[in-house]
Amino acid sequence: MTPLLDVQNLSKNYGQRIGCKDVSFDLYPGEVMGIVGESGSGKSTLLNCLAGHLEPDHGKVLFDTKTDGLKDTVTMSEPERRMLGRTDWAFVHQHARDGLRMGVSAGGNVGERLMAVGARHYGNIRAQAADWLGRVEIREDRIDDRPTAFSGGMQQRLQIARNLVTGPRLVFMDEPTGGLDVSVQARLLDMIRELVRDLELSAIIVTHDLAVVRLLADRLMVMKDGHVVETGLTDQVLDDPQHSYSQLLVSSVLQV
Amino acid sequence: MSDYNFAYLDEQTKRMIRRAILKGLAIPGYQVPFASREMPMPYGWGTGGVQVTAACLTPDDTLKVIDQGADDTTNAVSIRRFFEKTAAINVTQATSDATVIQTRHRIPEEPLNEDQILVYQVPIPEPLRFLEPRETETRKMHALEEYGLMHVKLFEDISQHGQIATAYAYPVKVEGRYVMDPSPIPRFDNPKMEMAAIQLFGAGREQRIYAIPPYTQVVSLDFDDYPFEASKAEGACALCAADHTYLDEVIVDDDGGRMFVCSDTDYCESRRQAGHIGEQGTPYGKDAA
Ligand SMILES: Nc1ncnc2c1ncn2[C@@H]1O[C@H](COP(=O)(O)OP(=O)(O)OP(=O)(O)O)[C@@H](O)[C@H]1O
Ligand SMILES: [Mg+2]
Repeated sequence: MTPLLDVQNLSKNYGQRIGCKDVSFDLYPGEVMGIVGESGSGKSTLLNCLAGHLEPDHGKVLFDTKTDGLKDTVTMSEPERRMLGRTDWAFVHQHARDGLRMGVSAGGNVGERLMAVGARHYGNIRAQAADWLGRVEIREDRIDDRPTAFSGGMQQRLQIARNLVTGPRLVFMDEPTGGLDVSVQARLLDMIRELVRDLELSAIIVTHDLAVVRLLADRLMVMKDGHVVETGLTDQVLDDPQHSYSQLLVSSVLQV
Repeated sequence: MSDYNFAYLDEQTKRMIRRAILKGLAIPGYQVPFASREMPMPYGWGTGGVQVTAACLTPDDTLKVIDQGADDTTNAVSIRRFFEKTAAINVTQATSDATVIQTRHRIPEEPLNEDQILVYQVPIPEPLRFLEPRETETRKMHALEEYGLMHVKLFEDISQHGQIATAYAYPVKVEGRYVMDPSPIPRFDNPKMEMAAIQLFGAGREQRIYAIPPYTQVVSLDFDDYPFEASKAEGACALCAADHTYLDEVIVDDDGGRMFVCSDTDYCESRRQAGHIGEQGTPYGKDAA
């Protein structure tokens, strides 16, 4: 089976400081990979390199493209990479306002990706937007409201709808539940889990909340100082961590 | 002769502007950066258009200047005088007599010909600015033809107003490539942009020049189920009875009385000269005023 994503020796420095170093892994279709680690360990840097938002210094990010099979997204042309960014890939930001157009209605936010790939029938676009709002439990009569009128949880759900409307094959999420109330977090997590399952999505989820990965991730990578110190099945890593840092991470969180 | 260099700008500057114009004509709809000069008038008064006009004028040219279709507004008069003074060229109000026409917010009703140049004053050249404030990003969007955002704007229009409510500066796609802001002309004028004359657009504050060569395809963006319409106010001109022109609403007395008249004053006048009389018009030459 061809992996959806084949990452080889990915490194990114900020000047002298290490962002992430020598990261390699595969992601298979339908798999959810969690990336955990303390603040500054390089999770966002890695995710942004994978999603084409940052240019890595070294390494390859091979993605199984629809037309050409495995292709290095680091060296492909920018138009091609940006096209992936609005078709096969989705990116859910921690702060919804980074991933939404705050001056545009909920319907327009969801419809944007459809229009970006050539949809030109207003009625169809609006119907699809309404359908997706329903799937993320936003009432259809809010379709003309701007995200500024939404709660944090709703904004995050809107961001998810806006990303999934074009049927991406790979979803990148950076702390999708960060900054939300605990009860809102739980509901959002349930929703993400159902969407991932129903749509058979592949996803890479960055978080420092082990409860999130426990619920969502099939596999786990633990990062420290830019390096991956341990990978494995989520339950294995959480229940029987091998690396001393993973042990520390698991025990410290479980004590909370 | 005046103490100014011909048409105020020095030859070096005019050459620089002409290069930008030629590049603009070579890449229809593409915004060419240029080093906008200080002009003896404030931004917002057409400094971009004035610089383009200055770079185009020759001593044999005849210049017409309109503001919202009228030759006699302060803005139009002062720009016309400026070039009379600095270039000693002939000026006219008759569209057909002009070789260069500088305009703000209108395209003349009378079809232009191959020997004419239409120069637009542009306040905001970037059609994507409304939704994407970052210049680096809009440039990339143009380069990669990522124009989905333009339709988001129209989508919002329909969602809010039940129809595309954008009445001015209605976005167009030029020759199947660049999306362009036609400056704040009414969308009624959009179809006229496929014309025989050269069209040049100058934005002074934003330092951009762009162009449409003669007979270039100019398509107004729309949705399949909400097609573009070149709408105008219903009815006919009260002075010349034209029912095919863009009309301005004017208040005629203190009691809220109003009438609709051609916004293109020269066109209206030539129709009246030819004997057309609207509901509130008088035979030509017998105006009370
Ligand atoms: N733009 C930048 N310029 C310089 N250094 C940076 C930049 N972004 C991140 N870094 C550094 O790179 C390292 C990794 O940062 P990164 O943001 O990837 O960590 P993270 O694991 O996502 O942290 P957090 O959990 O706080 O979001 C840190 O040392 C950070 O200070
Ligand atoms: Mg981070």
